[in-house]
Amino acid sequence: MSTSPLTDLGLPGLRSGTELVPTTDEKQTGKDFTSDQEVRWCPGCGDYAVLKAVQSFLPDLGLRRENIVFVSGIGCSSRFPYYLDTYGMHSIHGRAPSIATGIATAREDLSVWVVTGDGDALSIGGNHLIHALRRNVNMTILLFNNRIYGLTKGQYSPTSETGKVTKSTPMGSVDHPFNPVSLALGAEASFVARTIDSDRKHLTEVLAAAAAHRGTSLVEIYQNCPIFNDGAFDAIKNPDTKPDAIIPLVHGEPITFSAGTKGLVRDQSSGGVSIVATADVPTEQLLVHDAHHPDPSQAFAISRLTEMGYLNQTPIGIFRQVERTTYDDAAREQVTAATTGDDDAADQSARLAALIGGGDTWTIL
Amino acid sequence: MIIRFAGDSGDGMQLTGDRFTQETAAFGNDLVTLPNFPAEIRAPQGTLPGVSSFQVHFADHDILTAGDAPDVLVAMNPAALRANLGDLHKGATIIVDTHDFTARNLTKAGYSDNPLDGESLDAYSVHPVDLTGMTVAAVKEFGLSRKDASRAKNMFALGLLSWMYGRPTETTTTFLAKRFAKVPDIRDANIAAFKAGWNFGETTEAFAVQYEIKPAVMPPGTYRNITGNLALAYGLVAGGVQSGLPVFLGTYPITPASDILHELSKHKSFGVTTFQAEDEIAGVGAAIGASYAGHLGVTSTSGPGVALKSEAIGLAVMTELPLVVVDVQRGGPSTGLPTKTEQADLLQAMFGRNGEAPVPIVAPQSPGDCFAAAVEATRIAVTYRTPVLLLSDGYLANGSEPWRVPSIDELPAIDPDFATEKNHGSGDDAEFWPYLRDDATLARPWAIPGTPGLEHRIGGLEKGDGHGNISYDPANHDFMVRTRQAKVDRIADSIPPVEVDDPSGEAKVLVLGWGSTYGPIGAGVRRVRKAGYHVAQAHLRHLNPFPANLGEVLKGYDKVLVPEMNLGQLSLLLRAKYLVDAVGYNHVRGLPLKATELAHAIGELVGQAEGIDIDLGVWGEPTQKEHI
Ligand code: SF4
Repeated sequence: MSTSPLTDLGLPGLRSGTELVPTTDEKQTGKDFTSDQEVRWCPGCGDYAVLKAVQSFLPDLGLRRENIVFVSGIGCSSRFPYYLDTYGMHSIHGRAPSIATGIATAREDLSVWVVTGDGDALSIGGNHLIHALRRNVNMTILLFNNRIYGLTKGQYSPTSETGKVTKSTPMGSVDHPFNPVSLALGAEASFVARTIDSDRKHLTEVLAAAAAHRGTSLVEIYQNCPIFNDGAFDAIKNPDTKPDAIIPLVHGEPITFSAGTKGLVRDQSSGGVSIVATADVPTEQLLVHDAHHPDPSQAFAISRLTEMGYLNQTPIGIFRQVERTTYDDAAREQVTAATTGDDDAADQSARLAALIGGGDTWTIL
Repeated sequence: MIIRFAGDSGDGMQLTGDRFTQETAAFGNDLVTLPNFPAEIRAPQGTLPGVSSFQVHFADHDILTAGDAPDVLVAMNPAALRANLGDLHKGATIIVDTHDFTARNLTKAGYSDNPLDGESLDAYSVHPVDLTGMTVAAVKEFGLSRKDASRAKNMFALGLLSWMYGRPTETTTTFLAKRFAKVPDIRDANIAAFKAGWNFGETTEAFAVQYEIKPAVMPPGTYRNITGNLALAYGLVAGGVQSGLPVFLGTYPITPASDILHELSKHKSFGVTTFQAEDEIAGVGAAIGASYAGHLGVTSTSGPGVALKSEAIGLAVMTELPLVVVDVQRGGPSTGLPTKTEQADLLQAMFGRNGEAPVPIVAPQSPGDCFAAAVEATRIAVTYRTPVLLLSDGYLANGSEPWRVPSIDELPAIDPDFATEKNHGSGDDAEFWPYLRDDATLARPWAIPGTPGLEHRIGGLEKGDGHGNISYDPANHDFMVRTRQAKVDRIADSIPPVEVDDPSGEAKVLVLGWGSTYGPIGAGVRRVRKAGYHVAQAHLRHLNPFPANLGEVLKGYDKVLVPEMNLGQLSLLLRAKYLVDAVGYNHVRGLPLKATELAHAIGELVGQAEGIDIDLGVWGEPTQKEHI
């Protein structure tokens, strides 16, 4: 497993997200995880890069292929499971987190992944997303954010900027967008990260950290849709503008960007954070990123630096990763506590007979 | 004997009725109960909408309904008297708690004069008793506040009725001791009030007669009194045990289905997981996920919840995964009448999804029968890899009856038959095809995650026959739509033929019902037969597919009457499928059908079919009991 600063989370004793999933000694390659189905995204779609990254990352986990399940909703990215040779379900619009909750709660021995998009997760499925995060079910949610509706051919999405001209908003959208990271932090998420489709290295590191996290990991992936929203992420991809646009978050390090010329400090008046020239402040005043702080306030403040209009600036990395009991572990624990380990079929029948024949009974001869 | 306890929703009438029922069950009478309560948790005190009642019908013979007209009404306040008087027959006994007959409460109930003073109740045998006053006096020694003391009045009333009908009292004293174990003064006050009520009956001349109803003669076995929701929850646990699958209930609380969640959450020792989801859709979604992972996915709800779940049920149709969907029907549409019963979700169960999405439907006919129906729904879901709709209703859910506890050997074995091997091609080319079907059942293989070599993807998009990959081929879609329908039709091979009860063999009229109307239909039919006429009766447990012989059965009769608590949903299905001129008998009053009214409707049709005049005589009177 990678030892990059992103995955070296410095939380000793933390149970890993895949701890109860059977592993294999067999050597796996990306090809083992590639199904025989023809990939059908548009040429140049950012989904290809993510698929490749996931296919080549999965062997790193060393898990048995049959113990991995990908669940998706509806949308371009939700075709994802068809292209992976694991177990998978392409379900219905917005409901993937609920289906994954059932799978993850039923089976501790599965590595469960959800693939969703900005429309699927934040519009029609918003309720399931926030409740999965609050429950902290052990699964990893990959939220492909292209800030547009692709599959239905180009309507604005809940992450599109206000004023966006689309097929359904010829005079410009009057909707205010969601900031997915802020939303997840507000929904009690225990792991929240953001990465970019075209940055394979960062994407892979974030995937590794997300899979290692026990609980619901939300990974927002900025994904370019060249057909309906091309260039939405140009500012963070163009080598000239990128240093000024990306605020990298590394746990334990001062948060600086623009080749170290800019940094973050606490803003006393708003309780948030603000950007300053590093030359203007003493180094010790610069904000040090603490992804493991129990209080999500600072992570939230940092998340507010994302431009909500055209994206000129955004923090990238792991915003938050804290340990919290997962719903599925706790639910299984209650069941285990109530069951007797050596209960065989005959014992079960006897107990069933006792159950239904309990209460006040009388016998007629 | 039909007794109705009625009072304010805060007066504890459901508890009182329930205790009287337990005593009656313990005594060995046959019984049927009908709880009736407002949707509001605390409706305004003393008003008509706030009246809550519990009716129990018991007898020394086999009975089928909670009865049409009570013989005894216990009314704890003016509103309870006013709301229930219309249901009583002349000569019925009314026991009134006079304590609340104050000017203020009379006004709240809409009385301008005190009915206890005038002649309006002359047709009844009225016993005005200060139940509250006597209760307060009886529990004085426990030093409770007047308010707390008066709350024990329901136990005083129960004690009085228990004496009148010679009910055994131990179950109630034991129950009270347990229920209030933590608050000794309340416990002692309730027990004291209960005993005081009994003693009041014994010492007062007003109630000189102690009625005697002998135990009923019932088939041998161990019996218990059970409500539909409890029996249904037990049936799901049994379905899990019989199939060897852990039960996973994904659900959202909704009246009148929530008790199924409450009950199942107590049975973790059977490996049952209950998941209280954020909404109805997540409930069914999680259940589908659990089924995919190899558990028995179950979701429980009422009509509005089924509407929300319909897209997900369609996903289970398409992915062909086992799923039991429990719909405890209530009055609709929309929020409708949450606490009242109705059967108006049959067509929703049958057709309420986009596309051609056939779903098998199973309906219990009595509270105890909810157990067997839940086991049957599980058998179909697991064997045929399909969602199944289990249609209970509010009357079954909360009503109770003595139930003969089945022995475990009587339950069917259910085989999940998980796929473990590749099923297509051989050698290195061998593959797993998730949509290769079993010849007999047309069920597809169920391969659960963790099974090596059988990795596969399923989903809501149309599947190619056999291999199960996405297919937009027109001929394939036509074939798959027909195959999914054929699979559901195939279930008819595994269900028993519908049995017709036609003792004389000369009936020209068949009365065909489904679900909770079983009791009232049976009672109505008995009345018509007692009056000397011929009529046949049959009841459907399987609504989709219908039993294979149903078409033949229908052809054998000149007229078919279909009583339902809806506007004719089964009638519509029968007419469409069998081109039979089904005659509907339909009421949507939120209450069970009345046997006497039904008897008249049956009689009328018998008259038409046989060209004779019908006179039901005493058997057409609500006061006439259903004795056979
Ligand atoms: S529409 Fe956009 S998001 Fe969808 S496949 Fe095409 S490029 Fe990708």
